[in-house]
Amino acid sequence: MTLYFLNFVLLIIGLYALVVKRHIVKKILGVAIMEYAVNLFLILLGFRKSGIAPILTEDMDLRTFIHTAVDPLPQALVLTSIVIGLGTLALMVAMAIRLYERYGTFDMDEIKRLRG
Amino acid sequence: MSYLLPLFTAIPIFSAILILIIGKFDKKNFPRIWSLLTSLSLLFILAVIWDKGTMIHEMGGWKPPFGVVLVKDNLSQFMLLIVNVVAFLTIIYSYVYMIKFEDYLRFFTLFLFMLAGMNGVVLTGDLFNLFVFLEIASIASYALVGYGVDAEELEASFKYLILGALASVFILFGIGMIYSVTGSVNMADVARFIIVNNLSKNNALLMATGLFIVGFGLKAGLVPFHAWLPDAHSSAPAPISVMLSGVLIKVLGIYALIRVFYSVIGITPVVSNVFITMGVISMLVGAFMGFGQDDMKRMFAFSSISQMGYIAVGIGIGTPLAIIGALFHLLNHAGFKSLLFFSSGVIQNSTGTRNLSELGGLREKMPVTSAASVIGSLSIAGVPPFNGFWSKLIIILAAFSAGYFWLGGILVLTAFLTLSYYLRFQKNVIFGEPASIIKNVREAPFMMILPMVVLAVFCLLAGIFNSWIINNIIIPAQSIITNQLVYISSVLGM
Repeated sequence: MTLYFLNFVLLIIGLYALVVKRHIVKKILGVAIMEYAVNLFLILLGFRKSGIAPILTEDMDLRTFIHTAVDPLPQALVLTSIVIGLGTLALMVAMAIRLYERYGTFDMDEIKRLRG
Repeated sequence: MSYLLPLFTAIPIFSAILILIIGKFDKKNFPRIWSLLTSLSLLFILAVIWDKGTMIHEMGGWKPPFGVVLVKDNLSQFMLLIVNVVAFLTIIYSYVYMIKFEDYLRFFTLFLFMLAGMNGVVLTGDLFNLFVFLEIASIASYALVGYGVDAEELEASFKYLILGALASVFILFGIGMIYSVTGSVNMADVARFIIVNNLSKNNALLMATGLFIVGFGLKAGLVPFHAWLPDAHSSAPAPISVMLSGVLIKVLGIYALIRVFYSVIGITPVVSNVFITMGVISMLVGAFMGFGQDDMKRMFAFSSISQMGYIAVGIGIGTPLAIIGALFHLLNHAGFKSLLFFSSGVIQNSTGTRNLSELGGLREKMPVTSAASVIGSLSIAGVPPFNGFWSKLIIILAAFSAGYFWLGGILVLTAFLTLSYYLRFQKNVIFGEPASIIKNVREAPFMMILPMVVLAVFCLLAGIFNSWIINNIIIPAQSIITNQLVYISSVLGM
C-alpha cells in the first residue's frame, strides 16, 4: 500500500510541475514524471515480492509457477506506453526549441499571443 | 469477411510510410494522389462491410479475453462513415489549399497516421489498444496543428500538446485502475466481469470513472477542459481544423466516452449528471464566447464547444430518444462544421484575413462559397428544413420527455444564441457592404469548392430525409449503445 501511495505522490509532483511551473522545460519534465508514475503504477499491479520471470520451462511445476510468477501483461503494456511517451517527449522538446526560436523565451507567461 | 477490419488501420499506415519513401523522389504529385487513392480504398472497404452485422476480428487468432479484437458493430460503422467521408473530402480540399505550404510530403504522412489512429479507436475492442490508437491520432494532430511553424501556431500546438499529454496520462491511469480490479483489458470481458460481480460501487472503478471523464473530456474539448480547443482549431491549417472539429474531438472524445461508459463500465446516475452538467456549461460558455470573437475560426471553434455540449447532454439523458438525437447531431455537426471550416479556409485564402470586422459583401464575388456557408450557418443555427433543426429538436424533445424541463429551456435558449451569432457572421462576411479588401477577390478553385458543395447538399438532404437517416443509420447504432448485454455477448460469443 505504501508503494501505491508513494507512486501517487510521484504523480502529484508531476501534476504540480505541469500546472504551477512557468518554464516550458519544467512543464515537459512534469509530463515526463507523470508518465513515469503511471508506468510505475502499471508495473506495480503485476509486481510480486521475490517473484520469478513469467517463463514456463519444462522442469517447472505449474502450480508453483502460478504462485510465484509475476503478471506479464502489465509489463507488455508498459513497454508500449514507454515508447509512446518517448514519441510525445521528443515532439514536446522539438516544439520547445521552435518556440524558443520564435519568442526568445522559455517562460510560458510571455508566450501568449493567442487570447483565452 | 472480418479479415477486412485490420485494413482500416493498416492501409493508411502503409500508405503514410510509402509516401514518406517515394515522396522523396516525387514531392508534389505522388503524396496527394496516393492519399486520395488510400482514402477511396477505405471508403470502398466500408461499402463492402456496410450493414453486414457485427463482425469480430481476432488479431493473431487469439480468442477475445486474451488477444486484441477488432469489433465492427453498428456504432463503429456509423463512426467509420463519418471519419472516412470527412477525411476523403479533406484530402480533396488539401489538394489546392496546401500549395502555399509547399510540403505535401509531411502533411499527408501525418494526415494518414491521424486517419489510421481514428479508424483504430473506432474499431478496437480492447481498452489498451484504444489508448495506443488514441495516441497515434493525437500525436499526429499535435504536429499538424503546429504545421505552419509560425509563432501562434506553435503556441497553440504546444498548449494542445501539454493538455493532450495530460489527458493521455489520465486515460492510461484509468485503464490501469480497471485492470487492477478486473484483470482484463478486453472491453467486453471487463463489462462482463463488472456485471457478474456487481462492482458498480467499487471504489477503484469510481476512480477510473473520474479519470476517464477528465481524460476523454479533455480530448472532447468539453468545458471546463476546453482551454486548448479554440487556440488549436483556429491556428491549424483549414483542412486540419476540419479534421479536428469535424472528426477528432468526436472520435477521441465523445465516441470513447460512449464506448467506455455505455458498453464497458456501465452508466450510473452520477455519470449521467456529470455529462449533463458538463454539457450545459459547454453549451452556454461556447455560445457566449462565440459572440465576442472577431476571428471567424475562433468563433467556429467556440461554437464547436457549444455543439459538443448538445451531444454530451444527449448522451447524459440516456433515453433511447436522447441517444438518437445525440448521434444524429454528431453526424450533422460533422457535416456543417466541416463545411464552415472549409469556407473559412477559402475566405482566408482569397482575402488574406479572417476577421469579421474587415470582411463584408462576399456574396457577389464568391457566390458558391457564400451559398455554401449560408447553408452551413442556417444548419448549425437550427433553421428548418436543414439537418441541425431536426437533431436539436429531438434532443430538446428528449429532455422534456425525460422530465428535465429546465434543461429543455437551456437547450432552446442556446439554439437562439447560436442563431444570433451566426447571423452576425452572415451579416459581416457574406452580406452587407463590400469591404475594400475584397475588390480583386475571385471564386476559389474547383477542388476547394467541391467538398463544400457536397457537404451543403448533405446538410439539405439530411434535413429533408431525416427519418430515412434516423431509421437506417442512427437507430441501429443507438441500439448498440443502449443494449450493453448485446455488445458483450456478441464479442465474447456467448
